[in-house]
Amino acid sequence: MLDQTDGYVTADGRKIGGVVMEMKNITLRFGGVEAIKDISFDIREGEIRAIIGPNGAGKSSMLNVISGFYVPQEGQVFYKGAPRPPMKPFEVARQGIARTFQNIALFEGMSVLDNVMTGRLTAMKTGLFSQAIWKGKAEAEETENREVAEKIIDFLEIQAIRKTPVSRLPYGLKKRVELARALAAEPSLLLLDEPMAGMNVEEKEDMSRFILDVNDEFGTTIALIEHDMGVVMDLSDRVVVMDYGKKIGDGSPDEVRGNQAVIDAYLGVAHD
Amino acid sequence: MNDTPMGDAGLQSVPALLHRNATTFANAPAYREKEFGIWQSWTWAQTHEQIEALALGLLDLGVAPGDHIAVIGRNRPYLYWSMMAAQMCGAVPVPLYQDAVAEEMAYVLDHCGARFVIAGDQEQVDKVVEVQDRLPMFEQMIYLDPRGLRKYDHGKLHQYSHVQDAGRAKRDELRAELKRRSDALNYDSTCVMLYTSGTTGKPKGVVLSNRNVIETSKSSSEFDGLRQTDDILAYLPMAWVGDFIFSVGQALWTGFCTNCPESPDTMHVDLREIGPTYYFAPPRVFENQLTQVMIRMEDAGRLKQWMFHYFMAHARKVGPAILDGENVGAMDRLKYAMGELMIYGPLKNTLGFSRVRVGYTAGEAIGPEIFDFYRSLGINLKQLYGQTEATVFITAQPDGQVRSDTVGVQCPGVELKIAENGEVFYRSPGVFVEYYKNAESTADTKDAEGWVATGDAGFIEEDTGHLRIIDRAKDVGQMASGALFAPKYVENKLKFFPNILEAVVFGNGRDECTAFINIDLTAVGNWAERNNIGYGSYQELAQHPQVLATVKAHVEEVNASVAQDEMLSSCQVHRFVVLHKQLDADDGELTRTLKVRRRIIEEKFGDIIAALYDGSSEVSTTTEVTYEDGRKGAISATLQVQSATVTPVAQKMAAE
Repeated sequence: MLDQTDGYVTADGRKIGGVVMEMKNITLRFGGVEAIKDISFDIREGEIRAIIGPNGAGKSSMLNVISGFYVPQEGQVFYKGAPRPPMKPFEVARQGIARTFQNIALFEGMSVLDNVMTGRLTAMKTGLFSQAIWKGKAEAEETENREVAEKIIDFLEIQAIRKTPVSRLPYGLKKRVELARALAAEPSLLLLDEPMAGMNVEEKEDMSRFILDVNDEFGTTIALIEHDMGVVMDLSDRVVVMDYGKKIGDGSPDEVRGNQAVIDAYLGVAHD
Repeated sequence: MNDTPMGDAGLQSVPALLHRNATTFANAPAYREKEFGIWQSWTWAQTHEQIEALALGLLDLGVAPGDHIAVIGRNRPYLYWSMMAAQMCGAVPVPLYQDAVAEEMAYVLDHCGARFVIAGDQEQVDKVVEVQDRLPMFEQMIYLDPRGLRKYDHGKLHQYSHVQDAGRAKRDELRAELKRRSDALNYDSTCVMLYTSGTTGKPKGVVLSNRNVIETSKSSSEFDGLRQTDDILAYLPMAWVGDFIFSVGQALWTGFCTNCPESPDTMHVDLREIGPTYYFAPPRVFENQLTQVMIRMEDAGRLKQWMFHYFMAHARKVGPAILDGENVGAMDRLKYAMGELMIYGPLKNTLGFSRVRVGYTAGEAIGPEIFDFYRSLGINLKQLYGQTEATVFITAQPDGQVRSDTVGVQCPGVELKIAENGEVFYRSPGVFVEYYKNAESTADTKDAEGWVATGDAGFIEEDTGHLRIIDRAKDVGQMASGALFAPKYVENKLKFFPNILEAVVFGNGRDECTAFINIDLTAVGNWAERNNIGYGSYQELAQHPQVLATVKAHVEEVNASVAQDEMLSSCQVHRFVVLHKQLDADDGELTRTLKVRRRIIEEKFGDIIAALYDGSSEVSTTTEVTYEDGRKGAISATLQVQSATVTPVAQKMAAE
């Protein structure tokens, strides 16, 4: 069924492993609207996999299917070799999947550090009561988790805003904090929904560097949706191209760039 | 540990001092660094172990005595240890400015012929890799932060901790050799080589011996009564001689603790957390902090504003006198104590100056108001005058004799003399050995008797013995009328206005003086916001009619003050332009220590200077700019040439 053994080697010499997640003939409908039509592709261990497409192509819906938030009407999602049943969000998180959102979804009134700490929630074992009195195990646990959070703060170079309330931060930094929170869960699969949306060139460059570093340092598999073609082509190992809910291309950035259907979709050729 | 017993007389090298501290102050903190949100600390004993491990690792890599080892990165304990480890191996550390672009680094690395480079992170590694083809002597690089470097070719690249591990593994084998090398060091061996930022031409490598560094550290520590329990914050560039003396020389001599900030952006928070007892900052840092305080006070509530202004007025009246231990009335003292409780104390705490016992500023003149502001709060801020070639200290202000217009009396062991043309010369145990591979410059600067030309013009006040510096000797010139031209004197007066960040005055050999002005974006931007003045860019703000009018008022005020000085009254500024870009070290207009490079500015902005003298009312210009990543771009703008009123000079000359 699933090809777990074959990998490939990227242009820069990274070894990509077997399939982590496979989408098989996914169709997703909202009432009469077909957001996703019979799409199949896979995500391999250690790779940066991009999903691109024009507005309304169904990219975010696809990411929500991957994260388990939407359950497709047809088709099957395989995660680590087994078909995945419908799950609640916290069950998805426990499986090692973390994500960021297109419209930032941080706790605005809380500090950056507290936001990042919420990403450690799945790693906390002690109950509400013992955390409230903060004794013994709960204290040790918080120290342990704070260490992880601090490593990520250091990694993403946001030390200077550690204690700043999120509401006071500019957009580009909020995006980075969201990435920090997702990383705090130490995910094996990280989903990024338009990580560069609304950023200037410098912020995009920084974010690209962080995404590459995350992949390089932690070996995290990353699936991302992005609008900016330039960024996607530089960053990704393989790209899925969607248009009007259909998959119109799949392959390395170079292959996708030369694909006539993709060029048509982006240049706006009339659809029948 | 007791295999090299020595007395005070044996303390003739950095490794010897380190060994003493590891024995005498074994459990006292030597270095701290904030990392992962916590202050990590190392005792002197741990520091010694870390440095020794690295030194053994360096031996294993093939470091030979006399090799130059370049150290590039921000202030981190590991990089200070790198310098000391190099010294242990008999090699010479060469710290480089970490914000230098690859081109500048290529020159220094090639000039010193560094075989080894110890780099802080990927950014520094990339710069060296970029220019390595032009460095025939370069062999191996060690990096500290492995982030992003995993995929690099590790043929010439080693991780810092791995080098230490290798050193520890071969300890038994290499220890004898290491001991032999450190024991061979004496007062005459080279301690460090520091490149001067070079206001003119290429940087020069200043060779400092152990004698220079240790003698200076000893006498300056005694001068200010530094203690083993003191704390300093190391945040100024490691390549600068001051940082080397404070964070290595004096730290080793007195055994105090050097604290490194978490990142450059967190410096102010870290300063507050550490609360250093011994602190150094260039005037610019004090200016910025004062500007910040003033801006924030304007946003405060009415009661707080009133209290601030009320008590600050009192502090200005009696604060400096109380600090100098002079006679102050009981009522004034009581009021000052109340102020301390309500305003000065909390303010000092916010600034991170609660514990400062000795504070220094140097490098540039500091505005009297800025200086008095800090002194009136009870912060013992003093001035010193120094150079790389003197191992920093030439003159300093003793406690109780502090003024904003002098740079103090000669430091212990220093002799001063003033040449006929006004240039200041000194001789001291700190006088450098030579400029590396540049005998000609060495001979130009240092004569056979050991007198060194500072390049600064100044005089010694007869009644107090304090030295006053007027300007760089080579910048002091004559106007067409024969009157004295001292640009720095006027520039400093201009820069004392918070709205003016930088000023460059021209006029050598001409009839009248003119000036370039850089506005301070923080202060002027805040003013614009307060007055609902919209602006799209730095350029636009700089040319705003109201900004020009404000600057003009400042220039005229300076003219009035310059007119008071008999010698320099001709230096009043007749016309000026507010520049469309900030003068920047990346564009070569400033040195890395942010000093103006006149010759380069004159060449680069020749068209604007011409417009200042040919009666034009505006000038269009295009300027090349260099971005941080080394790419180049251009900005063009049309600048208004502004005239300023000149104050007539009282005709004292005629009476004589």
